[in-house]
Amino acid sequence: MGGAHRHLLIHEEGPLHRLPPQCKLAATVLFVFAVVATPREEFWAFGVEASLVVLAALIGGVPLWSIAKRLVIEVPFLLFAVLLPIVGRQPRVDVLWFSLSEPGLWAAWNIVVKGTIGVAATVVLAATTSIPQLLSGLERLRVPRVMVGITAFMIRYADVLGDEVRRMNIARESRGGGGGRVGQVRALASTAGTLFVRSYERGERVYLAMESRGYTGTMPDRSTAATARAWAVCLLWPAIGATIAAIAWSVR
Amino acid sequence: MTAPALELRDVVYRYPDGHQALHGIDLTVERGERVAVLGPNGAGKTTLVLTLNGILTPQLGAVTVSGLRVEKENLREIRRRVGIVFQDPDDQLFMPTVREDVAFGPANLGLRGVELEACVATALDIVGMSAAARRSPHHLSFGERRRVALATVLAMQPDVLVLDEPSSNLDPVARRELAEIVAELDVSVVLVTHDLPYGLQLCDRAVVLDEGRVVADGPIAELLTNEPLMAAHRLELPYGFGVPAPEGQSVASSS
Repeated sequence: MGGAHRHLLIHEEGPLHRLPPQCKLAATVLFVFAVVATPREEFWAFGVEASLVVLAALIGGVPLWSIAKRLVIEVPFLLFAVLLPIVGRQPRVDVLWFSLSEPGLWAAWNIVVKGTIGVAATVVLAATTSIPQLLSGLERLRVPRVMVGITAFMIRYADVLGDEVRRMNIARESRGGGGGRVGQVRALASTAGTLFVRSYERGERVYLAMESRGYTGTMPDRSTAATARAWAVCLLWPAIGATIAAIAWSVR
Repeated sequence: MTAPALELRDVVYRYPDGHQALHGIDLTVERGERVAVLGPNGAGKTTLVLTLNGILTPQLGAVTVSGLRVEKENLREIRRRVGIVFQDPDDQLFMPTVREDVAFGPANLGLRGVELEACVATALDIVGMSAAARRSPHHLSFGERRRVALATVLAMQPDVLVLDEPSSNLDPVARRELAEIVAELDVSVVLVTHDLPYGLQLCDRAVVLDEGRVVADGPIAELLTNEPLMAAHRLELPYGFGVPAPEGQSVASSS
């Protein structure tokens, strides 16, 4: 069964799990903005921001090693950053036995540190908020309901479609299909076509089922309001982040 | 109210491509009655189901539910009164969690807050799925998904429950569990199936549909033992099955 999203949530009921999703979402986005706005020369500021994320993870009962593991998702983006010191402009500095570009090194550091803290913050969010909660949070934050609806359907049916693809592949291979490279590509193309038709038909049946239960064009609002206290608790984090960024700018 | 739960008068339906699926259906289901609609594949069973809550509008004839005619201005109330459980639960369960799915119908009817929660809890309790409320439908077994699909409809407190091939893909235990739940419900049931033993288990009366016409209507045990009728409409009891006779002896099956 596909669906990595299933494993993102850590099923330990921590204090962060109980906070309203819209507050956590808004806090995470604002916090990432604060990190991005921090000047890259002030190393200490990133240290404080990183410790904020670690603190949030500890409060939320998210094991730090699991955050470290999930940071691997960043790697393809970091590969780009690694190139910058090599191909960057003058002046160049000697690091060990390489001659590297100084602006390139700064740019790479900028990407790596901000990317890592940002991804770590979203990992904490994803580990403490289930997908349905995230969806209702988005809805509460006034993301158009149609878009939230489309996302919800996508998540709901990704696994169903995955199963369908697997069954079609098994059926094909059972009849001796597969074979060489060319054969596989051809089979894949026809699978995609069949899958499209099947998904389209399923879409129609789902719509019939929705209509049968009184659907008239708007999804029911599933979100609940958050208390001012919850907002305050959540927004404290980006507030600290923004303060640090501001201090970093002023002492620079 | 004395009006029958469901009444169809001379219902004719023709698909836009010209295929005529229903050729004048007459059918009355009394309150609390459980009726099996039997028929081979392509007999028009699914088309019939979709006319019951106004998804398909017949070109001729009328459908009334507890005295209310299925018409455009009544559709909201009709869809509350007629609950359809579709064949594939993956079509019916489209929300991220079981709870939200069961809440979908009543929320469309305008229920909110505590009322909505109570309604969802009751429906899940009836089908024995309360513990799964926060799970994703994809993580449930097929039998569990079908029970949740039933709950999504029960949450709307329908007058008529329409089950489209409810026993398909179920293992024997899930099949029995579902039958026990349905037998306990205090609603009229239209059981659309070609699983004849299931029909016999749950219903006293049956209607045989073939080529868009009602070709027989009567006590289900009588119809199932009427070999010429059964054979003429591609129906037969599975190997080894018989209709228990009133005195407890088995009447030979038609095979």
